[in-house]
Amino acid sequence: MASSADKAGDGAHGAEEGETRRDFLMLATGAFGAFGAAAAAWPLIDQMNPAADTLASSSTEVNLEPIKPGQRVLIKWRGKPVFIVRRTKAQIDEARAVKLADLVDPETDEARAKKAEWLIIVGVCTHLGCIPAGTKEGELKGEFGGWFCPCHGSHYDTSGRIRKGPAPKNLPVPAYEFLSDKLVKIG
Amino acid sequence: MSDSKFKNPIVAWIDYRLPVFSFMEHELHEYPTPKNLNYWWNFGSLAGIILVIMIVTGIVLAMHYTAHTAFAFDSVERIMRDVNYGWLIRYVHMNGASAFFIVVFIHIFRGMYFGSYKSPREILWILGVVIMLIMMATAFLGYVLPWGQMSFWGATVITNLFSAIPIVGDSIVTLLWGGFSVDNPTLNRFFSLHYLLPFVLVGIVVLHIVALHQHGSNNPIGIDTKSPQDTIPFHPYYTVKDLFGLGVFLVLFFGFVFFAPNYLGHPDNYIEANPLVTPPHIVPEWYFLPFYAILRSFTADALIYLPISWLMSAKLAGVLAMFASIMVLFILPWLDHSPVRSARFRPLYKQFFWLLVIDCIILGICGAKPAEAPWTYIAQAATAYYFLHFIVILPLLGFFEKTKPLPTSISEPVLKGGGGASSAASAKPMEKA
Ligand code: HEM
Ligand code: FES
Repeated sequence: MASSADKAGDGAHGAEEGETRRDFLMLATGAFGAFGAAAAAWPLIDQMNPAADTLASSSTEVNLEPIKPGQRVLIKWRGKPVFIVRRTKAQIDEARAVKLADLVDPETDEARAKKAEWLIIVGVCTHLGCIPAGTKEGELKGEFGGWFCPCHGSHYDTSGRIRKGPAPKNLPVPAYEFLSDKLVKIG
Repeated sequence: MSDSKFKNPIVAWIDYRLPVFSFMEHELHEYPTPKNLNYWWNFGSLAGIILVIMIVTGIVLAMHYTAHTAFAFDSVERIMRDVNYGWLIRYVHMNGASAFFIVVFIHIFRGMYFGSYKSPREILWILGVVIMLIMMATAFLGYVLPWGQMSFWGATVITNLFSAIPIVGDSIVTLLWGGFSVDNPTLNRFFSLHYLLPFVLVGIVVLHIVALHQHGSNNPIGIDTKSPQDTIPFHPYYTVKDLFGLGVFLVLFFGFVFFAPNYLGHPDNYIEANPLVTPPHIVPEWYFLPFYAILRSFTADALIYLPISWLMSAKLAGVLAMFASIMVLFILPWLDHSPVRSARFRPLYKQFFWLLVIDCIILGICGAKPAEAPWTYIAQAATAYYFLHFIVILPLLGFFEKTKPLPTSISEPVLKGGGGASSAASAKPMEKA
């Protein structure tokens, strides 16, 4: 294509009509080249995305049997922490009583927990990725009884929603499904 | 060939075919340099030497280092304990990074004080800012390699900065990680890039020097060289001065390497990375502290955030402000439009310059402190002042400052006793340069 464009240029086309044709060829060549360059660049960029084996190992099954009411546990999923909480009635009520208008990132507790008793959230602060404290016994839970991120001071409630501090969003809920009453698959 | 300027026949033979010797002769010996350069002009060549030291020690470290999450920490410990002189090489590389930043920061402030960024040296300055950016990226990537707690959590916090970008932010972060958190794919690519970037740096340093030699060095008076009387050959005068400076630098540097090698580091980086435990207090390396303070200054209730709060989240504002604090340096030559270069003849600018230096130090201190009152407020005020300096004060000074009269040439103040009275009295005009 490039060579035919050159020929059109080399020829003695003084006329108006020749100019337009050459312009068209130049544009088409340029567009074709840009497309080719982008197509060649894509594999070089996409190789950085998670590889097939990384994606394949990206679901985890958790046995809920040993978790007692009120207990919070931390498990590892895709290299990062997931909080699993077996919430008490009081904690559920507290989370559900909150008005949406009071929330930074409005979301109902019902939308965040498939089964009210089980809260499953990714334990990565939505500010800059630290792990909020509050899962282990004796750690600070923040002003809203949920989690507290010590890095820059974000407070989360018993539904893992952001209530105070620099974090912009609620702790995310991963994709999960209950395989049975006591077995959950995350991812 | 017989009329070659080189007496040594082998040198002459080679130079006739590949003019490397002419090139060196031209750039180092004949290269006319203002004769009044002071010690602040030592830091450019020092930076170049440190870059070489970093590359040499880095390549040697890479012979023993293993870029895998399961082995990285242990391989660095093995370098420290078992590899012959491994401890020395690693401490030189580790402290070399700090030294590099000290030297380059001084080099940059030197440029600001003496107005070295002004016409015709704008591109020279811009290349310098690019060098600093790539240095920062390199140092950040390198700090992740030993795979300690600070490596891991520093990498986590910094890569998460990109999640502030609307819509595509999260996809970008996944792309950077090659997974769903900082993990083995991340470590591998960081090593690859940490190896690459210093060589990119070499390329840009070469361009930096090409731009420098186009119009020659600026000087403490900030006026152009007018006659051969104003200059001396770079070699031997400044090669010797640079070597002396290097000696002083090396004494201090090896003082750190041998007696306080971990003084500038963080002890938590000697704990292996644990993705499930965040250290209670995360701090970046000291050279990132001022920028980190700017990042953290933007909280939902901060006064400096209010004017833009309708536009973006506080998190995005912080990230943009941090990048803007460096980007503003790119347009510095146009923000400061005063025709006078050197602060010596700009009484107001001189004071604002020192205020900026103090402001940067305050930002650095705030960056090291936990994000609590009063530090948050101090950091916010210092951030506001930082931008005020560049965006408001400098442009205004260009209009309103009354500058002092400039000497007519570099030689003039020396000959008329502009410096110390006694020494200048005995000085005679130079007959030849
Ligand atoms: C601009 C030049 C460079 C800078 C600023 C730089 C900076 C750093 C820093 C800050 C560290 C972490 C040191 C620590 O805390 O342990 C590091 C580690 C490392 N760097 Fe570099 N580096 C540079 C050039 C290179 C080059 C050219 C290589 C060649 C491959 C290299 C290879 C390594 C290796 C293997 C490590 C890990 C071992 C260790 O942690 O000591 N570096 N670098
Ligand atoms: S990372 Fe949690 S508050 Fe910043």
